[in-house]
Amino acid sequence: MNQVPTLARVFAYLSLLTVGGGMAAFPEMQIQTVDVHKWLTFPQLIHLYSVGQMAPGPNMMMIVSIGEWAGGFLGALVTLAAFFGPTALLTFVVARFWKRLERWPWRASIQQGLAPVSIGLLLAGCFTMAKGAIFGVETAAIAVGTLMVLLQYKINPALLVLAGAVVGIFSFMPTP
Amino acid sequence: MSEAAARLAPQEANAAAPRASVSVRDIFIEFLIIGATSFGGVVPYLRAALVGKRQWLNDKEFVEMLSISQSLPGLNATNMAILVGEKLHGITGSIVAILGICLPGGVLMYVVGMVYQQHGDHAWATAALKGVAAAAVGLILSTVVQLSKKSLAGKFDFVFMALTVLAVNRLHQSVLRTLIVVGVLAILFHRPGRAQKASDAQ
Repeated sequence: MNQVPTLARVFAYLSLLTVGGGMAAFPEMQIQTVDVHKWLTFPQLIHLYSVGQMAPGPNMMMIVSIGEWAGGFLGALVTLAAFFGPTALLTFVVARFWKRLERWPWRASIQQGLAPVSIGLLLAGCFTMAKGAIFGVETAAIAVGTLMVLLQYKINPALLVLAGAVVGIFSFMPTP
Repeated sequence: MSEAAARLAPQEANAAAPRASVSVRDIFIEFLIIGATSFGGVVPYLRAALVGKRQWLNDKEFVEMLSISQSLPGLNATNMAILVGEKLHGITGSIVAILGICLPGGVLMYVVGMVYQQHGDHAWATAALKGVAAAAVGLILSTVVQLSKKSLAGKFDFVFMALTVLAVNRLHQSVLRTLIVVGVLAILFHRPGRAQKASDAQ
């Protein structure tokens, strides 16, 4: 069955949920791509997202992989356009009159009000992902270690994710 | 030049004057470079390239655009590409900027997805991926902590944040419904005129 129109619809919807960051849409992405449309499994979704953190550019480019799995090259292209198109258009339009709203008192209210909600969505996405990614002492230690290092030192996060891979190989590689 | 200037003229008249005409090709190339090199988060690379190296924006403009990017749906990286592209060369600027910043990572993840589908179940790959996923959780948590320090003011903001998490993770409400319901509550709480009273109380 041709999945391309469904990809377009699902990722256009997910696109509008990314308030404060891509992770905000993660719980809904799990429901849509794993539970409803079965394009991939939950562990695969977590793996793709995590590997995507080592890639340069916008940090949700893993959607391209999902599009490719479900609908080949065309699927990848459509997914990309659907995920970035609607928000790009919205930003373009809003930018034109945002400056003129500088004195509109509700502008500050919207910014202040959306801040805690977008951070909450980010945290909710993080918990959803932790359910699949944290199991046992080793993974918990890697997550806490990464958090501590990032809060304490100015270090490139991509390097820490790479370090996680090395620790993972040492911790989980079955001994021959 | 005339085309871009004409587009920018009405709103930007009292803002910093566009320094010089920036060609579509330069915009595309610069965003392509950012898209190909910005490992571990795009914002610092954007600032270094746009404010530092190219001087297409001053620091104040950059911070302002970043705050718009964060308030709207969409990733910071792509929203910034749209805003900066628009400022430099209207709609064409926006289009080439977002294409440039997405292209390298997109091609990379296209290939990575295919490789992962074929080899993702090898023992060494699953072992590495478990570590990578755990590290990614730590990375997101650090973002949450840093954003909270910067933009949460007062205990009620923590209540709104907790409500959001509860609605999505415990009550299994959709992200959209949560965003609308808690978002409206939080915006009403921060309604104009209330800010003064709140800061007096603290």
